[in-house]
Amino acid sequence: MRRGIAATALVATLALAATACGGDTKDGGETNAGGELSGTVTWWDTSNAAEKASFQKIAEGFTAKHPKVTVKYVNVPYGDAQNKVKNAFSSGADAPDVIRADVGWVADFASLGYLDEVPADQVKKVDAEFLPQAAASGKFDGKTYAVPQVIDTLGLFYNKKMLADAGVQPPKTLEELKTAAAAIKAKTGKTGLYLRGDDSYWFLPFIYGEGGDLVDAKNKTVTVDGPAGVKAFKAARDLVASGAAVTNATDGWTNMQTAFKSGEVAMMINGPWAVEDSYAGEQFKDKSNLGVATVPAGSVKAGAPQGGHDLAVYAGSKNTAAAHAFVEYMTSQEVQVQSAKELSLLPTRTAAYEQPDVKNSEMVQFFKPAVDQSVQRAWIPENGSLFEPLKVEYTKAVTGASSPEDAAKAAGVEFRKILKGWK
Amino acid sequence: MAADTSRSVTGAAAGETTLAGRGPGPGRTTAKSAGAAAGSPRGGFRRALATHWYAWAMVAPVVLVLGVIVGWPLVRGVYLSLTNASERNVARTIGVRHIEATYEFVGFDNYAAVLGDPVFWQRLVWTVVWTVACVSVTFALGLTLATILNRQFRGRSAYRMALILPWAVPGFVSVFAWRFLFNRDNGILNKILDGGGISAVPWLDDPTWAKVAVIAVNVWLGVPFMMVALLGGLQSIPAELYEAAEMDGAGPWQRFRHITLPGLRAVSMTVILLSTIWTFNMFPVIFLLTRGGPGDSTEILVTQAFRQAFVASPRDFAGSATWGVLILGLLMIFALVYRRSLRKQGEVW
Repeated sequence: MRRGIAATALVATLALAATACGGDTKDGGETNAGGELSGTVTWWDTSNAAEKASFQKIAEGFTAKHPKVTVKYVNVPYGDAQNKVKNAFSSGADAPDVIRADVGWVADFASLGYLDEVPADQVKKVDAEFLPQAAASGKFDGKTYAVPQVIDTLGLFYNKKMLADAGVQPPKTLEELKTAAAAIKAKTGKTGLYLRGDDSYWFLPFIYGEGGDLVDAKNKTVTVDGPAGVKAFKAARDLVASGAAVTNATDGWTNMQTAFKSGEVAMMINGPWAVEDSYAGEQFKDKSNLGVATVPAGSVKAGAPQGGHDLAVYAGSKNTAAAHAFVEYMTSQEVQVQSAKELSLLPTRTAAYEQPDVKNSEMVQFFKPAVDQSVQRAWIPENGSLFEPLKVEYTKAVTGASSPEDAAKAAGVEFRKILKGWK
Repeated sequence: MAADTSRSVTGAAAGETTLAGRGPGPGRTTAKSAGAAAGSPRGGFRRALATHWYAWAMVAPVVLVLGVIVGWPLVRGVYLSLTNASERNVARTIGVRHIEATYEFVGFDNYAAVLGDPVFWQRLVWTVVWTVACVSVTFALGLTLATILNRQFRGRSAYRMALILPWAVPGFVSVFAWRFLFNRDNGILNKILDGGGISAVPWLDDPTWAKVAVIAVNVWLGVPFMMVALLGGLQSIPAELYEAAEMDGAGPWQRFRHITLPGLRAVSMTVILLSTIWTFNMFPVIFLLTRGGPGDSTEILVTQAFRQAFVASPRDFAGSATWGVLILGLLMIFALVYRRSLRKQGEVW
């Protein structure tokens, strides 16, 4: 009797396993006889809490065009995403079909063979219809591996009312920023600026402002420890040491948004991805109270990094046809206009900027010229991993734990460990 | 590590033997062993095999699993530390495409590189400070609490429950909770201090405070285990000893020093060793609370090894394995020295 039960269970398990396998192969089906796409497309999205609901809705809208394709939306927190994606890609198990990759990751993933090339006809469209600097971020070694979804850069967000109360204009240089902060402190008792001290991306405006860069990819030279780098660390430290800015070494994003939304600080440096979340704050119930200006200039110029996100297809995806179609849909003009309207994110298609919804968005109107002037980073595979040692040194410098000279020097040492053979 | 494994296996074997005796087929087992005992007087091994074959069969899967999940990675790790394996040259499968491994054997180059880098020594110093601080504070607190709880008083079991709570909560949940408490601008700790007129403490933003913070959280997490173990030890000390000492006029401190401490010796030596090994490798507290920061001031050896393998790109598997082997080596040396010093003091172990 007992044996009978065991046998039945065994048969049942086998049957289940068999059907599961059957399901798998069906999933992998690319196109059926009619050329219609089918199967499942899993998309790992890295957008933040304020944006994700909107993207999920947009992504699932793909099913309206391709009823036989199921979109599986997964939100992966941006901070863990690079690692998670690599784990999934290298093991192949449960890997997503499509990922939203920071522009800095594309070269890394592509160089490791993880990304499927964008089909030739789609590449033609990307080259013709997209902003050239956005299209450049999806290329590696002369081939196109990703389609740009959004483009962004950093700007100076300010609380119009607080600045008016203090009688100051949005500062254009770091010197003006310090004067403005002093006036704000005197008039309102609040701090002028929140400066993120726990993320080295926020260091870039300082080094560009001094006319420098992290590396010179053309000459394979590390430049972070040059004179401009030292000046940049000095400028960032000076803002905090002079009391013009507050900073944190942990939880910077949360603390920055909380302080800015509640009116504890009057200004912050941030990108379009923070607009939607900022509007949710009590200070910005009246959306027109949020102002944006170019990042304050250093001694040479005002420079902010070009950032953004690209969509890429996993080379091991069982359903590349549907995955590429999904990427095409997610980067279509219609979708870009929608995310510009709902989330104030910047389109990567040139023509999208002619659409009324985009034209009328104040944030887009501000950020577009800023993006046009933004500094392109070196699209090298190591791009993403430079930020980790830089973060350590940047945090130390900003919080005063190490001198600007030491921070610059140490960053250079770590960079050369990553970029083997560079000067 | 090897000794541990074999001990648990023998332990399991003994357990399984008794189980087998009580199990569904006692008749068969006894019949066989009886036959073997009568048949061949020479084969101790054969007899043991015949008597305990069932136990061995039951243990085999455990041995196999341990071999696979402990032994193999260990051997593999040591091997990788002698190569230049990284994300770019290890074998990987991307969908249907399989890329062969191309890394090479480089001997002790990785070890020379790690040991020649001041980073390793900086991390080692802080790791030792962190371990000693955590273990000594945890032990002192655990012992105090255990002594208090060893008396009869109202609501004793309620206190016990409350003190064991940190142990019951999953580690990462506690650490995240602490992270909220420590937040400089919006954390409860600073709000309370602010209420008392003390200006905000940069808990996780200042290297020294961050070190204090990670140690505090680890102590908070470690005290329940210490307390429970020591409480067990305290309760095994016969009450007559205390009575006799009291009769002889020994004061509380004298009783504590001459009865309690020696009575707890065996237990405390074990928990200190365990606690040292755990703390030395306490990845989650550091990683989740500060990510090694601010800067790299709270980075211990294991979090550094993790950074090497998973944060840098391309991931440096060989470098990380080297760190791992060095950590294992340090702990083995520590355990050996510790055991030897115990043996010298007459502790059998």
